[in-house]
Amino acid sequence: MFKKFFWSAFLLLLAFGPLAVNSQESVRLGIPVTQEDLLDFDLIAPPDGSGFPTGSGTAQEGKQVYDINCAVCHGASGEGTSGNTVIVGGDMQSEGPPLRTVGSYWPYASTLFDFIRRAMPATAPKSLTNEQVYQVTAYVLFMNDIVEEDTQINGDSIREIEMPNANGFIDRSHIQ
Amino acid sequence: MSDKTFEKVAGNGLISRRHLLRFGASGAGLALSAGALGADQGLSFQIPTWSRQPGPGATAYGARSPFADNLQRLAAQPNPTYPGGGSSRSPLQHLQGTITPNSLHFERHHAGVPNIDPSQHMLVINGLVRQPLAFRYEDLLKYQMVSRIHFLECSGNSGALLRGEIGGSAQSLHGLVSCAEWTGVPLSTLLDEAGVLPEAAWVAAVGADAASMGRSIPLTKALDDVMVALYQNGEAVRPGQGYPMRLFCPGWEGNVSVKWLTQIKVTKEPAQFRDETSKYTDTLQDRSSYQFTFPMGTKSLITSPSGQMTLNQPGIYQVTGIAWSGRGSIRQVEVSADGGKTWAEAAIQGHQLDRALTRFTIPWEWDGGDAILQSRATDSRGNLQPTRDEVIASRGTLSFYHNPCIQSWQVDQTGEISNVYV
Repeated sequence: MFKKFFWSAFLLLLAFGPLAVNSQESVRLGIPVTQEDLLDFDLIAPPDGSGFPTGSGTAQEGKQVYDINCAVCHGASGEGTSGNTVIVGGDMQSEGPPLRTVGSYWPYASTLFDFIRRAMPATAPKSLTNEQVYQVTAYVLFMNDIVEEDTQINGDSIREIEMPNANGFIDRSHIQ
Repeated sequence: MSDKTFEKVAGNGLISRRHLLRFGASGAGLALSAGALGADQGLSFQIPTWSRQPGPGATAYGARSPFADNLQRLAAQPNPTYPGGGSSRSPLQHLQGTITPNSLHFERHHAGVPNIDPSQHMLVINGLVRQPLAFRYEDLLKYQMVSRIHFLECSGNSGALLRGEIGGSAQSLHGLVSCAEWTGVPLSTLLDEAGVLPEAAWVAAVGADAASMGRSIPLTKALDDVMVALYQNGEAVRPGQGYPMRLFCPGWEGNVSVKWLTQIKVTKEPAQFRDETSKYTDTLQDRSSYQFTFPMGTKSLITSPSGQMTLNQPGIYQVTGIAWSGRGSIRQVEVSADGGKTWAEAAIQGHQLDRALTRFTIPWEWDGGDAILQSRATDSRGNLQPTRDEVIASRGTLSFYHNPCIQSWQVDQTGEISNVYV
């Protein structure tokens, strides 16, 4: 009886012993969280419209938010105050080096909402409400003649916006 | 020095790397004219004062010698419309070996360096996983770690050469590359713990800086060799490099190695962040643009002699530099002293690790005339570093990321060295 137990234990050790020593199975220290926990934490707003918060905004509403928070760097009409702050105009097919802006270069409208919400205004990122981010997004799109002044921008409508340079990119992610 | 003494292996004075050992044995004397005696050179053989009294004792934290404390990164001027944004460049022309000291590792920030209390910092994994998880810093320290020596290069490095900038040094033109030993937890370990769902194909990595800078990375890479780096050259990752933790993606453009890492979201498609659409993309001559150019090119650079240095007198110099490839190790580095007409194979000094800086060196006799020094690397996959003309022919000059082209340093008859285009 004892002998049989001994041999079983020995065989078990042979089978699982080395695994237990080498594997990471014993270190699993991630703390389970829910998507609800992450509502204010997860700011990712991709082209498929997932991750966009409730709310919406129009360019009409966005003008004032823009004038107060954005114009100091990006200019009254998005013309910019330095090379990297121009957000309106440009033409990828221009004769000289093209001016790359939200209107001429950016392939997705979602990027505008995502970036403004996480990183703008540069001196006080994340100080705008979600509603204000929708409004400013609408206003920048409007200044680029991509939406109307009263177009409601929200998680649903932003998916449908076709950016002028949407087909201008060649995905090289397969080269790894 | 005559051609009889040293075997010349390429035009304009390049000497066989086989002579390196002889130079090593006989020292710098070979670089000087014959007949200069010690006393004539101002050498004193009195016992110096520091040999006559004990110095200060051991200290809690080391500092550089006051005689060698002038090495600095070259930081860009602050830009009021880009608070905290910008970069600082490693002084490549003054460094030796292949490991960059942490204080001199290049930096690139998008909204400055956050002052993160690690006890208040979390790494969250969510999205297409069985169970979203949050990892505390102190808990990540308990995981089994890996250590790897890898270069890190900003994809904007060397962009100045495509813009045709005049002048510049190794540091100002190419200082956005550095190399360190990175230690951390494989990202695959943490992704396995959360349980990646079958439809997943990408991860989105986000930092805890004021810009919450984000980048999308293919899941294949994330599960392959990406780590959550906690240590750099043995010490906790410095704030400028992402303290308390950064992503590290070996061989890939630096921007995807997201600093101050706080979120990994597993997704089906890329998030299309600002920094993978508007920035870090390359517009070609036909106005289409490359997106998601990940591995850095096959590249090398002569760091000494290099731009803004001066050669004192004709004689023998050790040409040295660094080579690297985002796709493997360095197989060979060749050096030219005649602007690329003839090439000689350089010696590799030290290790040739996968996706790490590799140091090369070759002796060169400067005859006092015009010379153009170049280096070109070949990596373990056979990729040869391209010339500037080849890069421009393939993609134009409308964008400046991902430029691996050969650097040309011109030596004029006064010994002054400058960046030129040949």
